[in-house]
Amino acid sequence: MTALLYVLLAIVICIAIWQIASIFNLKSTIATERDNNTQGILFALFGVFFYGLMIFSFVKYSVTLLPDSASVEGETYDTLFAITMVLILIVQAITQFLLFYFAYKYRGIKGRKALFYADSSKLEAIWTIIPAIVLSGLVLYGLSVWQDVMDSSGAKDPLIVEVYAKQFQWQARYAGADNELGRANVRNIKGINTMGVDMTDKNAQDDIPTRELHLPKGRKVIFKFRSQDVLHSAFMPHFRAQMNCVPGMVTSFSYTPNITTKEMRLNKKTIAKVDGINKIRAEKGEDPYQFDYLLLCNKICGASHYNMQMKIIVETPSEFNAWLKQQKTMSQIIK
Amino acid sequence: MSNHHHKETFITKYVFSTDHKMISKQYLITGIFMGIIGVFMSMLFRLQIAWPEKSFGIFEAFLGHHQDGGVMSPDIYLALVTIHGTIMVFFVLTAGLSGTFSNLLIPLQIGARDMASGFLNMVSYWLFFLSSVIMVSSLFLEAGPASAGWTIYPPLSALPQAIPGSGMGMTLWLISMAIFIASSLLGALNYIVTVLNLRTVGMKMTRLPLTIWAFFVTAIIGVVSFPVLLSAALLLIFDRSFGTSFYLSDIFIQGEVLHYQGGSPVLFEHLFWFLGHPEVYIVILPAMGIVSEIIACNSRKPIFGYRAMIGSIIAIAFLSTIVWGHHMFVSGMNPFLGSVFTFTTLLIAIPSAVKAFNWLTTLWKGNLQMNPGMLFSIGFVSTFISGGLTGLVLGDSALDINVHDTYFVIAHFHLVMGVSAIYGMFAGIYHWFPKMYGRMMNKTLGYWHFWITAVAAYGVFFPMHFLGLAGLPRRYYSNTAFPLFDDLSDVNKVITIFAILGGLAQLIFLANFFISIYKGKKASQNPWHSNTLEWTTPVEHVHGNWPGEIPRVYRWSYDYSKPGMPEDFVPQNTPLFEGEEES
Repeated sequence: MTALLYVLLAIVICIAIWQIASIFNLKSTIATERDNNTQGILFALFGVFFYGLMIFSFVKYSVTLLPDSASVEGETYDTLFAITMVLILIVQAITQFLLFYFAYKYRGIKGRKALFYADSSKLEAIWTIIPAIVLSGLVLYGLSVWQDVMDSSGAKDPLIVEVYAKQFQWQARYAGADNELGRANVRNIKGINTMGVDMTDKNAQDDIPTRELHLPKGRKVIFKFRSQDVLHSAFMPHFRAQMNCVPGMVTSFSYTPNITTKEMRLNKKTIAKVDGINKIRAEKGEDPYQFDYLLLCNKICGASHYNMQMKIIVETPSEFNAWLKQQKTMSQIIK
Repeated sequence: MSNHHHKETFITKYVFSTDHKMISKQYLITGIFMGIIGVFMSMLFRLQIAWPEKSFGIFEAFLGHHQDGGVMSPDIYLALVTIHGTIMVFFVLTAGLSGTFSNLLIPLQIGARDMASGFLNMVSYWLFFLSSVIMVSSLFLEAGPASAGWTIYPPLSALPQAIPGSGMGMTLWLISMAIFIASSLLGALNYIVTVLNLRTVGMKMTRLPLTIWAFFVTAIIGVVSFPVLLSAALLLIFDRSFGTSFYLSDIFIQGEVLHYQGGSPVLFEHLFWFLGHPEVYIVILPAMGIVSEIIACNSRKPIFGYRAMIGSIIAIAFLSTIVWGHHMFVSGMNPFLGSVFTFTTLLIAIPSAVKAFNWLTTLWKGNLQMNPGMLFSIGFVSTFISGGLTGLVLGDSALDINVHDTYFVIAHFHLVMGVSAIYGMFAGIYHWFPKMYGRMMNKTLGYWHFWITAVAAYGVFFPMHFLGLAGLPRRYYSNTAFPLFDDLSDVNKVITIFAILGGLAQLIFLANFFISIYKGKKASQNPWHSNTLEWTTPVEHVHGNWPGEIPRVYRWSYDYSKPGMPEDFVPQNTPLFEGEEES
């Protein structure tokens, strides 16, 4: 019933709007010279608002952005991103300026005749060819980055880790001493074998299941993704890494972490961001936050999609090996 | 209203009408009604995003048992974003925009008495109406409507165990969309046949207004791509109801292994985006056509580069069918395919750039008449550029990795196809309202409507890019589970405030639209001094459009401010003057 009241309220507002307008100018329907003038000036002002909003957002929100990439591949990503963004902002600044300027400058005046200018193959060639050249550059550069990121075939002694997704949690499985993951299928899920590892496979015996993702600095990590139920997406924004987890198939992505969690906590941008977060948390009376890398779910997967996460800890190879040694292997867990 | 042909009853005139002008109004009103629902939903979930898990009276009023003490449930949150997307993309921006203006303008602007098949046209509308009713009725289901996202990726959309909306809600969604597709195909076939066959004497393809070119090419893309969505939906229905495994394999959910084996969700993604991507051009091309027409008319200048504009429409349409994979760079498909799709995707930037520069040049040295339709058209160019440019990031497979499915994407597509297409639709409504209803809309309210909307739209979507660059995923019910995102709550509040402002501004439009139908000032025959043929018809609608002969066409539709002419416009049915050369 309250819903109906809201609807009625909206209708009343509409009628009120019309009544107010009709008191002043029911008959006005077509732009007059005065309107052209006012609206032209408003476009100029809107241009100011537009650039103001852009500059304000950059100044105010830059601190909230992700810190420097924590992976080798991510660094090339960041360079390509920066170049593309600069390009975009230049084109954006120029074209929007022209648009608002023209709207202001050529606002209609009675008696002035517009220029009859229907075509110019020269101009059109210019704005076909220049974007074509710039885009070719972007495409080539982008494809080379894409190739670097997606091709892990040349990696020396990579670490193989399976990341396993289900509603609404993540698990990981390290390939163990043989660095080869044992076969797995959801049909093997039983009791504590929550990832459906095939225990008849000899490669599976030394696999190490974990609830946290520890990664060694400086070694290429090849992730193998699986999902148990619906689509999920393993999103590791600090490493510029993302891949969907698809039921029925194994997907893959790789990167080389190059900044440990401890080092990243000392990164200037991280400190600035964490300070900002903690100021807000203090106001709300919440515990201070300490920076950690995260794996988030980034494909809609159900009610708790918004809370499907796993901590990632990047450490030195020796710390990593020490940690891994403490973990139990599959054969130790499942007797 | 006079009628020269035969007596019509209320039913044949207002309900089961075969007159394209009436059908166009039916599409528009239905589209506006669906738009109210879709926009209202966005207000609701924006409140939740800005003030997560807070209690709101408006939730209590509208969300029924999907809220608890005014706090929205996560399931209904996902349902709201799903249905918001579905309604806005298909029901408002496809049927509401294309359905309205293709129907209104194709016969009027090419000089035809009606569509090739008035009957099919009527069936098309009523199928659309039926599908709207089914979609809206799904909102009242006990378990809630479909909630797997508007892209309905299986297995989430196939398994009611995974999310409650994938039960009856998804069934109704699929039925509604299947009917919608049938409607859209009937409409599109009609548009194509009409444009090809019913042009009046002298109306060569190269004299068609750009609106018609845009509607014509849009219809072709629709015919090519919509059937694929229908088959995708059918296979999903099979998986859901008959136990097939087209999209499903190796699933363990709620303690049991399901029997599915051998299917792949990636197949669904391919099929879905084979329509899904052309769909955004089905949405934006008609808006581009409308904007081209209105900018030329109100600049009192010919559209700059008419042939290049046609060429770019065709190029965009062609490319739009071979870029769908850019939605799937991180889906697990072969990276080589990703490279191919990056290449084809970035190619689209070229015809898009041509269009943007041509609009700018059309404004240059014009004599701009700032009618509300013109304001929205200029707004369109602005949001199209702002949104289009970030496509360079998302279309590049390498860069897509880290912004895929974040708020950066939301900001991008809302600007480039959401806001832009809505602007195109508003522009069209303000411009052709006199043709539809014989009355004018109020100009001052139009100005207020535009400026508040324009400020709100950028206020919403500009800061939103930063959320994405901060790594915030879309479709999160709340960001409180991640302290990492705590500093984004302020941005989210700013966005929501602008969103509500923008939503409320639409009340100005609704007031102006609905009351002008009855109380607006009577329109003159050609209020904007336009060249196109629709303004040669009488203000009062007649069946068959022209009471006498259909006018002949002697020139293109862009002879504005042509030197040596008595006025700054020369309607298309004016024969060439002595010594005049055709432009």
